[in-house]
Amino acid sequence: MNTLNTTDSVIEKTKVRVQNTFQATVPVDRQVKAAHLVEKAKRFVGMGRPLVFVERPIPDVADVPLTEIDVSNPFLFRQGKWHSYFKRLRDEAPVHFLADSPFGPFWSITRYADIQAVDTNPDEFSAEPDIIIGNVPLDIDMFIAMDPPKHDQQRKAVQAVVAPKNLKEMESLIRERVQEVLDNLPTDQPFDWVDRVSIEITGRMLATLLDFPYEERRKLTYWSDTISGIAEATGGSTHQDDFYEAIGDLARGFMALWHDKAARREQGEEPGFDLVTLMQTSEDTKDLIKKPLEFLGNLTLLIVGGNDTTRNSMSGGVLALNQFPDQFEKLKANPSLIPNLVSEIIRWQTPLAYMRRIATKDVHFGGQFIRKGDKVVMWYASGNRDERQFDSPDEFIIDRSNARNHMSFGFGVHRCMGNRLAEMQLRILWEELLARFDDIEVIGEPEYVQSNFVKGYEKMIVKLTPRLTEPQ
Amino acid sequence: MNPLTHEEITMRPVTFIEHDGTAHEVAILEGESLMEMALGSAVPGIDGDCGGEAACGTCHIIVDSKWISTVGTRSEQEGQMLEMSPECESSSRLTCQVTACEALAGLTVRLPEFQM
Repeated sequence: MNTLNTTDSVIEKTKVRVQNTFQATVPVDRQVKAAHLVEKAKRFVGMGRPLVFVERPIPDVADVPLTEIDVSNPFLFRQGKWHSYFKRLRDEAPVHFLADSPFGPFWSITRYADIQAVDTNPDEFSAEPDIIIGNVPLDIDMFIAMDPPKHDQQRKAVQAVVAPKNLKEMESLIRERVQEVLDNLPTDQPFDWVDRVSIEITGRMLATLLDFPYEERRKLTYWSDTISGIAEATGGSTHQDDFYEAIGDLARGFMALWHDKAARREQGEEPGFDLVTLMQTSEDTKDLIKKPLEFLGNLTLLIVGGNDTTRNSMSGGVLALNQFPDQFEKLKANPSLIPNLVSEIIRWQTPLAYMRRIATKDVHFGGQFIRKGDKVVMWYASGNRDERQFDSPDEFIIDRSNARNHMSFGFGVHRCMGNRLAEMQLRILWEELLARFDDIEVIGEPEYVQSNFVKGYEKMIVKLTPRLTEPQ
Repeated sequence: MNPLTHEEITMRPVTFIEHDGTAHEVAILEGESLMEMALGSAVPGIDGDCGGEAACGTCHIIVDSKWISTVGTRSEQEGQMLEMSPECESSSRLTCQVTACEALAGLTVRLPEFQM
């Protein structure tokens, strides 16, 4: 075993060294291919086997010894066990250590106040090198997984695309796209809300923000799902080989887009206000194409960050209003509650369950001793259901007075950059839904995503009841 | 011109001016943060999403440069949140990090167009 580990680490080190050396000269798609070959070679000589998760019934939390509670199980959300698992951790072991899991040992932080304390302390809890429990099989560089000051420079270069000023300009365009989607929904038969509404609206928005070819927008969804579903990273169902194929495809697609936009601008085309143009016209990022792993990282971040999150909040809101029908009535009677509804949806759904940190030194925290180098997972999904912060936290209450205090956007320097875009998309969606439909009935049980990171839906069948009266 | 009495000075409120010019006067509550005072009076444009931990940057104000030495300059943690905003100025502060006291009577602060 030791021999294997040593060889493994030599290969890893070589991989990193080669990547660093060739970062500036080798095109990004070739680098992805090279990294894939390394992983395949490791598999061939019997080192490292791709992780595959097989679903088994998860026991009641009361039957599991405290030290063995594993909240990294990617079926916890699907089997509806997450409420009870996190409640026990919050009550009995709010700073909890699991010595062994498919992703190695890790700490779980589950109370609201503790999560906020870790999130706002980047000096002791570093976001580098990754923010998911496991490992991403490719060392792509993204600012969500960088500490200040590098984080600040990279983020500033791209955040203008989702800055409130830009969003205000785009509001009518966003509304038109939402209206197009909703006006084409069938009202005489059930359909899949995830596919027809949540994915469709999110994909259209992302394609617009990135100025990505509009007809090919489903590629964005496919890349995002494949990348966020890596088994080694989040316990999802993406096999390593599919991951490398998807990210290589993404790299080629965006290299072409980058060069195409540069050429069009050189020919005198007015610069747009899309992400690639912003990168090309910002001093800090204009040569990003020459740092392929950073280029790829930041695009991946925006594609994944803008995808699972809004999409699953669009589905989650409908599900929540079905589970709490009195709230749907309250909403219809008082549409001015929509902005608060949006915050409550984002709290209740918590589309990304956590962010991970690494302790940069030995730290005493919450009565525990966290060692330098330990993984520390901040479970936002648990913090958003913490009884110490929210009254009746499992209930969906659209006029909850402190709904805005939810932690789904994170706190501190890494606070979600697209928060205002997300809020705007959801607000517009609900304004347009209320204008059209009296009821959105969920038929049967939705299908849940396999992941410890993405709290989301694969499929959710709904039946619409059109509004009889004209909107006031 | 009669100088104001001590009582009159301490009674003067803090004025929050929205980006569109709308002014909101809020009575000083000593010991509370300006964020708590603004939220208590429902001043539009002060969100305070993190509840007062300098962790979200949604209670941004711009202090008149004449007042900044009285109010005090921002801490490093505040700076990390504020400097992300394109509307950040050298006298930008987070209201959750400013505690109201007698010395702030008559203070006027501007709100940015957007909270990040």
